[in-house]
Amino acid sequence: MSAPTLPADPRERPVPPLGGFSASVVGLEIRRLLRNRRTVMFTIVVPVLFFLLFGLNSAYATDRVGQGNESAFIMISMALYGAVLATASGGAMVSVERLLGWSRQLRITPLAPAAYIAIKMTTSLVLGLAAVLAVYVVGMATHKPVMPAGIWVATGLALWIGSLLFAAFGLFVGYLLPSENVMQIIGFALMLFSFGGGLFIPLSQFSHALRVLATFTPLYGLNQLVHYPLVQGAFDWAWAANLVAWLVIFTAGAIWRFRKDTARV
Amino acid sequence: MVGTGTDDRRRWASRDPSGTLPPAIELAGVRKHFGDVQAVRGIDLRVEPGEVVAFLGPNGAGKTTTIDMVLGLSDPSAGRVSVYGMSPREAVRRGLVSAVMQSGGLLKDLTVAETVAYTAHLFPSSRPAEEVMARAGITEIAGRLVGKCSGGEQQRLRFAMALLPDPLLLLLDEPTQGMDVEGRRSFWAAIRHDADVGRTIVFATHYLEEADAYADRVVLVRRGEIVADGTASQVKALASGRTVRATLTGPDEAALRSIAGVDRVEVRGSSVVVHCADSDAVARYLLTETAAKDLEVSALGLEEAFVALTGDPDSTDAAGPIRSGVGR
Repeated sequence: MSAPTLPADPRERPVPPLGGFSASVVGLEIRRLLRNRRTVMFTIVVPVLFFLLFGLNSAYATDRVGQGNESAFIMISMALYGAVLATASGGAMVSVERLLGWSRQLRITPLAPAAYIAIKMTTSLVLGLAAVLAVYVVGMATHKPVMPAGIWVATGLALWIGSLLFAAFGLFVGYLLPSENVMQIIGFALMLFSFGGGLFIPLSQFSHALRVLATFTPLYGLNQLVHYPLVQGAFDWAWAANLVAWLVIFTAGAIWRFRKDTARV
Repeated sequence: MVGTGTDDRRRWASRDPSGTLPPAIELAGVRKHFGDVQAVRGIDLRVEPGEVVAFLGPNGAGKTTTIDMVLGLSDPSAGRVSVYGMSPREAVRRGLVSAVMQSGGLLKDLTVAETVAYTAHLFPSSRPAEEVMARAGITEIAGRLVGKCSGGEQQRLRFAMALLPDPLLLLLDEPTQGMDVEGRRSFWAAIRHDADVGRTIVFATHYLEEADAYADRVVLVRRGEIVADGTASQVKALASGRTVRATLTGPDEAALRSIAGVDRVEVRGSSVVVHCADSDAVARYLLTETAAKDLEVSALGLEEAFVALTGDPDSTDAAGPIRSGVGR
């Protein structure tokens, strides 16, 4: 064991670049996520199963929708469901970490609170990408979804990036509820949001009142937007307004709870 | 290889030839309250680089609250805290100070080696993971999930993590709480080995034995205040008073208090109890100047003395944990 060789003058000691954010730490976080079988099951396996269940039905799968078919439409919905579950779960990891005192432990390292959030966001996005790719690759293998190659890429990218909205949601809920059960709460909330957003059942099948209510739910705007490259036609600015409004709400909520948390610990 | 303690202490000191290094810890008039609860009631303390200091006191004395403030985990309600002349947050950011916390703070779904690697990546430069694991004696359990480690193993993992930045100041908050005798022994063996490199170490404990065995200096805290500060033997001497008890109605309390070395006089019905350093002087006074009879002189045991100095008079809780420190 060699003797320590850091600078004698404490003021010469370096501080970490990027507040401690690094690819190596993100790599370890991903390893942790993959070790959690339930997370992998719900974010990657379940959306694929949903697609296989609902997206291949010969009664409607080949019906034409915009630039492609109904099967492609359902594949996009299921990929979005997987992606938002992944990013929300990634964000909600802060809940358990606070409970275990890990956040406190990190506070006696140079890791900046903002870098911690950036690590969680990046980890969430990687898991979200895996969820999207799983659904798209299975979809491709079934040869049922049909749309131009450019729209595969455009919708995939749009829903992957858009799922960041739910990383903010996961962080907000994670800071709000320090509980082991936060994942179940998030799973339930996202199920409701998915119905409201029209991911599972077309909104046209809802009553008028429910349909109006649904346009205010957090997945509505995002779902309409990610389908737009496929469906095309008239663009409704209300979709964008819905997305922006919820982004502001979730981000402000997460920042508010995060500030409280760092002040208290 | 690490050499003898003396050589290394000299080597460490040679990093600061002009002696301009600011104090490792400086607390000035530090107070902390949580609502109505006064956890720390005005602490002034200066710890010089290279000192090994025990922060000794019963549960609830304010030890953890003070350590949290030194680590920048909480801000004092009043007063000033500095670490190597910087704010605690700044010192943490530069890896100058690290800590072994009492419990928690570990992810159960990472392995021991992954936890060390994770922490290492957060510092701009750190000691090699293999080295700190070897120092903490956890090389054999590197591949084990943290959730499957015993309390003692987790504590040595926390110690390994604390060594990563090669801190100038290491804080240990009740590091052996809940460990068995063997766990405690091997933990302190690792710490002692490390202290040889001349690191400043401050540990909180309520084990008198630990303070005595491992610290150069003992700071005794009670109810958020420092009640004694010195070497272990000085503090023990301070606590090694005697008790003189006699039957005497209406003693002259002021006269008794004026005898050198008397620190407490209690009148219980027809008897008087005097706590003092010089029992002969008190006995001489009582037998020659008063009508006192049935005089008894008893030495205060170390344990009683410790309780007398730090304990809550109406709580026997403080007496429990120090049993092992008595009779050495």
